[in-house]
Amino acid sequence: MNKTEKKNTPVVEARFSPASLLRKIIGSVSKAHKTYGLEWWIMIAGIVIVLFMLYMAFFPQTIAPFSALDQDTGPQLSAPDKTHIFGTDNLKRDVFSRVVFGSRTILGVAFSAALLSSIIGIPLGLFSGYFGGALDRILSLIMDSIYSFPGLILAIAFAAMLGPGVINITLAVSVIYIPTYFRLVRGQVLTLKEELYVEAAHSIGAPNIIILIKYIFPNVIATVVVVFSLNIADAIMTEAALSYIGLGLPAGIPDWGMDIAIGKSFLPSGVWWMITFPGLAIILLALGFTMLGEGLAEILNPRLLEK
Amino acid sequence: MDKPILDVRNLSIDYPISIGTVEAVRDVSFTLEKGEALGLVGESGCGKSTLGLAFLQLLRAPGRIIDGQILYHGNDIVTMKNDALMKMRGRNIAMVFQNPLTSLDPLYSIEDQFYETMKQHEPKITKAEAAEKAGKVLEDLSIDKKRLYEYPHQLSGGMRQRIMIGLGLILNPDLLIADEPTTSLDVIVEAGFIDLLAKLRREYNLSIILISHNLGLVAEMVDRIAVMYGGKIMELGTAEDIFGKPLHPYTEGLIGCVPNIKLDQKSLVSMPGSPPDLVNPPKGCRFSPRCPKCMDICREKEPELKTKEKGRQVSCWLYNK
Amino acid sequence: MKGLLRYAITRILLTIPMIFILLTVVFLVLRVMPGDPVSAMLGAHAPERVIEEKKEELGLNKPIIIQYFEYLGQLARFDLGESMVLKQKVTDPIKEKLPATIELTLWGMFFTLAIGVPLGAYAANKRRTGRDFGIRLYGNVAYCIPVYWMGLMMQLVFGVWLKWLPIAGRTSPRIMSSLFSNTGFYLIDTLLAGNLRAFGDVAVHLLLPSLTLGIVLSGVFVRLTRANMLDVLKSDFILAARARGVSEKLVVYKHGLKNAFIPILTMLGLQFAILLAGAVLTETTFSWPGMGRLLMERIYLRDYPTVQGVIVVFAIMVSVISLLVDLLYAAVDPRVKY
Repeated sequence: MNKTEKKNTPVVEARFSPASLLRKIIGSVSKAHKTYGLEWWIMIAGIVIVLFMLYMAFFPQTIAPFSALDQDTGPQLSAPDKTHIFGTDNLKRDVFSRVVFGSRTILGVAFSAALLSSIIGIPLGLFSGYFGGALDRILSLIMDSIYSFPGLILAIAFAAMLGPGVINITLAVSVIYIPTYFRLVRGQVLTLKEELYVEAAHSIGAPNIIILIKYIFPNVIATVVVVFSLNIADAIMTEAALSYIGLGLPAGIPDWGMDIAIGKSFLPSGVWWMITFPGLAIILLALGFTMLGEGLAEILNPRLLEK
Repeated sequence: MDKPILDVRNLSIDYPISIGTVEAVRDVSFTLEKGEALGLVGESGCGKSTLGLAFLQLLRAPGRIIDGQILYHGNDIVTMKNDALMKMRGRNIAMVFQNPLTSLDPLYSIEDQFYETMKQHEPKITKAEAAEKAGKVLEDLSIDKKRLYEYPHQLSGGMRQRIMIGLGLILNPDLLIADEPTTSLDVIVEAGFIDLLAKLRREYNLSIILISHNLGLVAEMVDRIAVMYGGKIMELGTAEDIFGKPLHPYTEGLIGCVPNIKLDQKSLVSMPGSPPDLVNPPKGCRFSPRCPKCMDICREKEPELKTKEKGRQVSCWLYNK
Repeated sequence: MKGLLRYAITRILLTIPMIFILLTVVFLVLRVMPGDPVSAMLGAHAPERVIEEKKEELGLNKPIIIQYFEYLGQLARFDLGESMVLKQKVTDPIKEKLPATIELTLWGMFFTLAIGVPLGAYAANKRRTGRDFGIRLYGNVAYCIPVYWMGLMMQLVFGVWLKWLPIAGRTSPRIMSSLFSNTGFYLIDTLLAGNLRAFGDVAVHLLLPSLTLGIVLSGVFVRLTRANMLDVLKSDFILAARARGVSEKLVVYKHGLKNAFIPILTMLGLQFAILLAGAVLTETTFSWPGMGRLLMERIYLRDYPTVQGVIVVFAIMVSVISLLVDLLYAAVDPRVKY
């Protein structure tokens, strides 16, 4: 009896444990560009962008010439020049410095929101898919309802109720992505449940919880990693949208979406720099995570994104 | 004797891929006379399907013809311009593929696909004329005319295969290339199909190239057989000769693999080894690693396809000294 | 036809649980969160007694569970109730704003498809060339552009710098509002009235916002069309059509694109939710008097019934679109029968 388990365990782990995942990624560096061509380079570009943005978020003071809140850096509303490469805003703040410091906020919120949704969505999907029954049907119905509704509109409703604040906006963003993880994981569990090695584990009397953690969950990880990266890109867009319509953060925290909203009122007088640069930063950041996610998808599981 | 309808000379086809170049077809030459049926046989991956697509210049990227000529009534298809190719496809040379279930566009009715094909070659044809012609062809293939107005998913596999042939014959081509036409049909439908093809060959005065791994099917249908291995022709001769007294060890092996109830075989013979890696083909004769009669020279030098007797060619050192 | 009708009815009935669940979520969140319509209306410093009276009047003093079931009962009679803040039925502002949102969304969808599908198909046909790479890059970047930012950039270029197009509202102030009483769809109303100048004015106002939506959302469809086209172009019937001498143009665009369009249709149903969300942001950016702006206003006023009403209408729109997509499916694909 033990033989079956022993025989199965290494196979599963060799293919899907986090360590082997890492090895797979690192191993692919040496030869992947041959096999995957363009996709591989897209992923590398994504990694470079993400790393650059992370550096900006952790060490903004090494890049930004001014502080984000410094209100006397030069003339008011001046176009980009040598001292202020992105210009200054209506409060004489340096737009470049605000973009640099703003990366902190958006990355922090998007990452925590994606983490929170996955922490709630993955276990729910695992249990719901594995045990089935009435609970599964009710959960699926709830999740499908939320999923099919425009996420941003729901997030707007939640964010408006909760009021401004970093934690509140994180909550509002995370709620709408729970169904993404739930549906993904549940769908995979439904197929994995039928796999031979899961049945084998059943037959030797392994308890459900062990089967879930040891045999099913590791197989879901690869997909979750991909979706997590794509989800961060989505969460970035949602966070920026919420703060653009004024539902995000209290004044005082530099934030790209909010800066665009402030710049909007100066647009008719031709002030383009207050809007353009924070917007480009959002695009670059979202693009970075999208490219990373799609590259990973190609390398870990080429079929994943076809659906 | 008339000029041959198809004269293939020293044809070579490559598939450049990331890890090297697949030498899919090498130095293939043969001729096909008017009204003749030729079988191209060999294991899967031997280049026979690639060869079939090359006759219509339909190689899938990145495949390309690197050398040789395909003379159809004396005109070289290899150097033909796109416009000329388009006119030739369907009208002069028709092709029937191995999977009838997926070879018809599911979103258009049978009538529409007939009309489209005819319209392409006779721009003035009306829908009614096209339908009448198509109806006649369908009746030749013993399919009810009404089926014209149905969609592919409403028809059985055998019916769809006959419709594919109908689409091929509607423009009266004189050469039909059939690539594994019966693979996805069941045995009874296959038997009917063979009779049908024999009948059509007489009525339409067709020349046929039948590509198949199924020796039984080929034996029933064709006049001559070309045996391919590793992208090259190993042996070429009449069907009787090939089956009656095979010369090449590979041909012997192939025939040995066909189950035969009459011979009361104790076990099914299978050929040892697997088809060659065409990116790095074996040195010397491509069959040498699997050949039971392999000699020293076979591993050193490639034999050439030489005429052994009238209408009989073989590429083997056993006969080439 | 009978089967079709039955299918449509089943589909509509299936949306009821979805609306019910969304409403429950929104209802609970609205009530559990701090703030209520009375304080939003009267201000935080109003006397306790006045606030209590007002709450009593609006039924806000009852236990949440009672309020919830009362609301559901109301809804079952197809009644969205009355606003808690303004003296109007919930349906009044919705009737006024919904056509604006639908007009914007439909034109947005039009531009999305008109840009995305041909570009994707073209890229698939020219795969591995510079043009293909350029189109793919466009697809990926467009997907990551915030729709409001795109809108602002369009305003900057076409409104502020070039001064070609208006940047806010549905019409110029000079256009008589009496023109629009018929359907609320301004393009149709002005045509019905035979007023071509007003029609032009409306069209010009509609152009930037819907083009903005179209450009941003086309990214997804470029990628989707390209991927599906590549798959379809590999299929046997494409090769078979080529072998019959069918011209390259017909092979790629008649057979290839139509077959690739089926999964695109599915995506269209899913993308509609994103399109609606984009419309809300676009409305804010272009001062477009639609459902999105209504929702935002009423959330701040804690006007519970109107907020719930707007959510219900959004949910119905999503369902209607997915039903329409299914019907289109049957029209395109002979294999689908209901």
